[in-house]
Formats: sequence, structure tokens, C-alpha cells
Amino acid sequence: MSLFVGMGITFKEFFKPTVTVSYPYETLTMCDRYRGHVELIESEEGKANCVVCGLCQRACPSNCISLDGEKPEGEKKKVLTKYILDFTRCSLCGSCVESCNFNALEFSKEYNLASTRKEDFIFDLLKRLEDRNK
Amino acid sequence: MSLTLLNVIIAVVIAIGFAALNAAYLVWAERRGAARIQRRPGPNINGPWGLLQPPLDGIKLMAKQLTIPGGADKVLFIAAPVLAMFPAIMSFVTIPFSDTIVAKNMNVGILMIFAFASMGGMSLVFAGWSSRNKYAMMSSVRAVSQAVAYEIPMLITTITVVMIAGSMDLMEIVHQQSGSILHWNIFPLLGNSHNILMPMSFLIFFTCTLAETNRAPFDLGEAESELVAGFHTEYGSMGFGLFFMGEYANIVIGSCMTTILFLGGWNAPLPFLSFIPGVFWFLLKLYILIATFIWIRWTFPRTTIYGLLNLSWKILIPLSLFNLLLTAGLIKVF
Amino acid sequence: MNSPIELQPDETFILNVGPQHPATHGVLRVKMEMNGEYIVNAETVIGYIHRMHEKMGEVKTYPQFLMNLSRMDYLGALGYSHGHVLLVEKASGIEVPERAEYIRAIMVELNRVSSHLFWFGAFVMDLGGFSPLMYALQDREHILDMLEGVTGSRLTYCYFRFGGVYNDVDDEFISAARRFIPRMRKSLKKYHKLVTGNIIFRKRLEGIAPLTPEMCRKYGASSAVARGSGINFDVRKNEPYSVYPEFDFDVPVFHECDSLARYNVRMEEMEQSLRIIEQGLDKLPDGPFMPEKKPKLIKPPAGDYYQAVETARGSFGIRLVSEGDKTPYRLKLRSPTYSNMHLFDEACRGMMIMDALAFMGSLDLVIPEIDR
Repeated sequence: MSLFVGMGITFKEFFKPTVTVSYPYETLTMCDRYRGHVELIESEEGKANCVVCGLCQRACPSNCISLDGEKPEGEKKKVLTKYILDFTRCSLCGSCVESCNFNALEFSKEYNLASTRKEDFIFDLLKRLEDRNK
Repeated sequence: MSLTLLNVIIAVVIAIGFAALNAAYLVWAERRGAARIQRRPGPNINGPWGLLQPPLDGIKLMAKQLTIPGGADKVLFIAAPVLAMFPAIMSFVTIPFSDTIVAKNMNVGILMIFAFASMGGMSLVFAGWSSRNKYAMMSSVRAVSQAVAYEIPMLITTITVVMIAGSMDLMEIVHQQSGSILHWNIFPLLGNSHNILMPMSFLIFFTCTLAETNRAPFDLGEAESELVAGFHTEYGSMGFGLFFMGEYANIVIGSCMTTILFLGGWNAPLPFLSFIPGVFWFLLKLYILIATFIWIRWTFPRTTIYGLLNLSWKILIPLSLFNLLLTAGLIKVF
Repeated sequence: MNSPIELQPDETFILNVGPQHPATHGVLRVKMEMNGEYIVNAETVIGYIHRMHEKMGEVKTYPQFLMNLSRMDYLGALGYSHGHVLLVEKASGIEVPERAEYIRAIMVELNRVSSHLFWFGAFVMDLGGFSPLMYALQDREHILDMLEGVTGSRLTYCYFRFGGVYNDVDDEFISAARRFIPRMRKSLKKYHKLVTGNIIFRKRLEGIAPLTPEMCRKYGASSAVARGSGINFDVRKNEPYSVYPEFDFDVPVFHECDSLARYNVRMEEMEQSLRIIEQGLDKLPDGPFMPEKKPKLIKPPAGDYYQAVETARGSFGIRLVSEGDKTPYRLKLRSPTYSNMHLFDEACRGMMIMDALAFMGSLDLVIPEIDR
């Protein structure tokens, strides 16, 4: 009878090992291409590669990026002074990473994001770059 | 057992304590068993192997607010969970766990247990009707028709066993199955009935127990995916807790009855194994049956209401009546 | 105390299977007029999750709209992106390299298998069997891990680009996919033994909600709903697109018209998708995955374009009316579940509520796709 065949299957499955990962006590590593929120890439001197061209700001579908730069005296390129990413609207589409011609943005591996306030998710990426360098 | 009042009180308290402890820890066993079937751990954080989970759940349920929906019939609403829990626990008083362990043996033991079981059906009606909720009412209608339909084959099969044993006393029924495994009522070769269709009776009784306790695949009363939670939708903290425990206590009672009537109670399967005390065999058979209940619940989908009622009225009742007549004839002849 | 409600023999009561309900997959409200347990009339009310994707299509540029398509039907997201990308390439005349076409086909078929696995688990859970859900989700995890290794996301992929794909597949994906296919076939056998052969399950589905082919044609149903009633229509075979003519696969059609036929169609579709993936992996050519010359700004010439693709839910159509600007004038998304769902209103009259909910499960509704 088909009922006993079904019961036989669940009986066999009873003895197989568990497939779950007990999350807070064991964690998994993310793969290489995992899409966490974007981070700034730095050059060898420790400064951001970004030249404030604004392509990422125009490519973003959700208006998440706002950046600002200034041109110091005697230099040809602009220097980044502010890069704010509004992660509450980001959809991880990758348009910003793809549109950058200067290799300034990459995906991070952050998945452990939880908070009780909305302000915690307005990332100041330049400050995070400086914190990483310290 | 001696008739001093203290002895009787202690015996009753122990019987009730066994019932309550079983009801609480069966929840744990079910959750772990279900989880292992689905290849996940189940509760394993509170206490070793999650053993502290039921007491903590009980504390959580008691701390919740007991809400009574406006317009609900207060008396019936509060009476329903108590009525679900009370008969199951009281039936434990007369179940013999072994030759000498029984709280109060009565010579109409079977009658008392089935009388209490019918009272449990009333709690379904009270709960559904007094909640003033369309979902609850619909599901309690279904649950009552199911309970009534499946009591009949259960009683007919029990009458068959009572005919074989000649008395309604539970200890007497078990004594007549002593010997070896082939003397049990399910394998009637050397036993008293000479009826080779007894395994079918066992299956009928088992199915009726599944249906009486609202367990899958007959759990239309609680159909979680269709009618939110069935007849106990409106129950909050301890009301829900009592229904839950009442269901598991009913499962234990049903398995006890199956063991006593068909599987030989506390008798060992082979005569030379009877140095192991009878309680051990009784509990072993009991828990194997309960594990089968859990196994069945997590394998099969739900039947439809007309499939369920058809199964009872059109298939189980004729088969059990036929078996009854056959047994009566064979007893007369042999 | 209020007096109890007296139910006259012909009187009916209205049961609201509300937006929050375990059985409707998403926020769908069904107002059912019931007579005891039988449904006299049912009316589905949608719109609880309308997110204005078509309006966003009018204000966003073409590359900015790519991410919206995954959010329409999140379970079978890549199929929808495929339709959009093919449409814009057809309109703008962008050439797609062959390797990219094959990669897209493999990814879409993997996504179809994962969507059907989720449908299978949720459907059997609606009927009361809780374990097959866990087994199906386990298999789905393998697929999601594979797709995550390539694209970086697990559910809302933004992987296809105009002209190709975002990044290439590596050898790890190919070997993981080859290992996955025999494992999935074994799992399908297990599901057939556990669920399809089960007598309780068959009694639950046989003869429930028969949908005649005329009714399917009237409502424009597609995918398993139509193929379970005998209509042999699959966009991949009837209006072929992309690289599907190169693959050798069958389209399962059953003629019994009941819920069991629709279930069987989807289980067979999983097997056929596995065949396509196998052939795709064998035939995968080398080459670039993005075209060398890609226009900086996508501006399709003015006109009216339409593209239909076969997704897990049915025939998804997308229509573009462009005026040569960098945003479309109108982008219309034809959602297959919208057509499938309205069959429910007509077909469920006279059924019991249990059967109606089983029927809803067999239609495979994903509500965010209806409301877009």
C-alpha cells in the first residue's frame, strides 16, 4: 500500500544527519561574489580611488548615493570629501559597481546587519574607509 | 491494593501525575521527532536536548493574557478547555500498568474509559460555539461529526475483544493474553479467539484512535492551513495550553487501550523474558505506539471531510461488524 | 448576551479569507459566500501589494529598470529579467554573444526548478503534509547556493544585462551543476514515492476543480493551468526565442483537467528542465559574455515591441512603446498569474472550502506578481 511506502521514506529520513546550521553558534562564510553593501576601494596610499565623476550617482535606480568632492589647489583630479550610501533604499543591483570606470566600488560581505534605528543604515562610506585603515 | 484512604489518594495522585507528565513531555518528543524526520535539530537550546522546553513553554503560556472575545459565552468558553483535559486524566485511574500497579481496578474498566472519552467530544462543541467566530464554528462542526463517526467502530472492536475475554475488567483481559507473543489478541493462533482477522481489528482500532484524538491525517478540527487554528482559534494562554495537553493525554489513553486490548498489556513477548518487570513491557509498547502516531502525522496530508466520514461509515463499520459476528461464531463453535 | 445566529436553509454567510491567511500565498483576499461548507460565490480582491512597477518603468531609464523585474515574481525572478532583456535587445538591435545566451538559458531553467520546488513544498503543506516542504526547501538550497556562487544574490537576482550577463560562470558552477542533476533526479523519485503515489493525496486532488479547455482559453490561462487541461501551448516551442530551438525537450500535457493533472504537469516540467540544463552544460561554447560594442546610452528607436517568455508561472509578456527617448513611453507587464487567478472565481462555485483552497494551491499563485 502506498501509505507504507511513504512511511518508509520518512523513516529513512529520520536517520539522516541534519542539514541546518544552528545560526548564532555556527556561521557560514559567504562566497566570493556575495553582494553585501558597497564599499570604497583604496589605492596603495590609503586614499579612495574615487574621482567624484558622479556616474554611480546617476546610474543608481533608487537615488541612494550622494557624494561630494573638492578640487584642492594644484591637483588635476577632485578628492572625495563625502560619500553617503542610503542602504534603506538600496536594492543591490550592482549598477554603481558596474558603471564605475575607476575601480572605486566593490561589494562587501556584510550580512549581519540588524538594528532598531533607521539612521544606522545611512552609511558614511568614507568614514568606514578611514576606520578600516586605522 | 489495600483500602486505606492514604494509599488510594497516593495511587490516584501518581496516576494523574503520570498523565500530566506524559502530556507535557510528549510535546517535546513530537517536536524532536518531527524535526529529525525533516532533518533539522528541533528544540535543543533550553536544557540538554531541549528537555526544559515544555516547562518553559508552560510558564510562557501562563504569563500570557487570557483574552475572551467580546460577545462570547463566558461560561462555555472557560469550561471547554477544562472539559478537554479532565476526562483524559481521570481515565488514568483505572489503567493497569502491570500486575500490581493500578490505582483502582474496576470490573467495568472499559466502560468507564469510554464514558469519559465521549465527554471529551463535548468540549469541541463548547469551544467552537462559544467563540463566536465563523472559522471556529465550522471546524467544530467537522470535529464533532468526526468524533461521533469514529466512536462506533472503536466500540464494536472493543466488544469483540470483550467477547473473547469474557469480562470488561482490564486486568482480566491482560491475564488472558499471558503466555507468549502468539497469545496476544492481535495474533490469535494460540489465544482464545481463533479468528485470523484480528490484525484487521487492530488496524481498525488504531485508525479510530487516530481519528478520535484529532491527529493527522484526520486533523480537520485543527486544520492549520485552512481555518487558521480550528476550534481553538480564540483561545490564548492557558486555554490553548489545556487543549494541547488534553490532546496528548488522549493520545496516551488511546495507546494504553490499544496495548491492553490487543498487544498483551504487560506480558513479555517470550516466556523466558518475563524476569524483566511488566511495567517495562507496558511502557515499551506504549511508547512504540506513540512514536507511530508521531511518525504518521508528519508523513501524510489531510483527508477530506467526506473521505473521512465515508471511511468510517462505509468501510470501518461494516468491517468491524463482520469481524464481531465472525468472532462470535468462532467462539461458539470452538 | 447576543442571541445566536439562526441559519435558515437557504441563507448564506460571508466568510472572509482575509489578506492575512496561511493558505493564500501572499496578500490575497477572497470574499466567499458560503452555505455551510459549500461556496456559493467567491470574489477575489487584489491590490494589497501594488507597488507601481509600470509607473516606475516610465520614469526610470532602461538600465535602471532591470532590478524591478526580479521583484515582480521573486520565486522565478530570472525568467522575468530574461523577457525584459530580450525585448530591449530586440528593440535596440544589440547582439548577444552565444555564450551569454547559453548561460542565460541554464540560469533560467535552474530558477524554474527552484520555483517549482517551492510550489511543491507549499502546496503539499496546504494539504496538510508538513515534511515534503522541508525536503523541497533542502533541494532548493542547493540551487540557491549554486546561483549565489555566480551572481551573488539568492532571491532577487540582478544578473542579466543588455547584451549579456553581469559576470561569467566559473568551473565551480559547472561542476556543481553536473553534480546536482543526478541528485535532483533521485529527489524527484523520492517525491513521487512519498507524495504522488500516496492514496490520501490522490483522493484529495482527483476530480477537484475540473477546468475545461474553453474556460482556460476564455481567461487566457497559460502554463500548468492550460497544459493540465490539454492545451499544448508553451512559449518556448510555439514562439521560440533565445537559444531554446537548440534544446531537445518535451512539453508535458495532461488531459484530465483536474488538480492532479496540473500537479503532474509541474513535476514533469522539473524533469524536462533538468534535461535542458544538461544539454546546456554540454553545449556551452567559449567566448565573451558581453558584446564588445555596447551602446553607452540605450535608446531604442520609436515603435511598439512585444516579447513573450515562458516563466515558471506562465507566459509572461512585456510590451514596450518607445519614442526614442531614454525612458520608455509605456512599459506594460502582462502577468500570467493575473489571468490564472480569475479562473478561481468561476470554477470554485459549489466546491467545499477545503477543495477550493487545494485548487488555489494548484494554480500556483504568487500575489506580488498579480499586483505588480
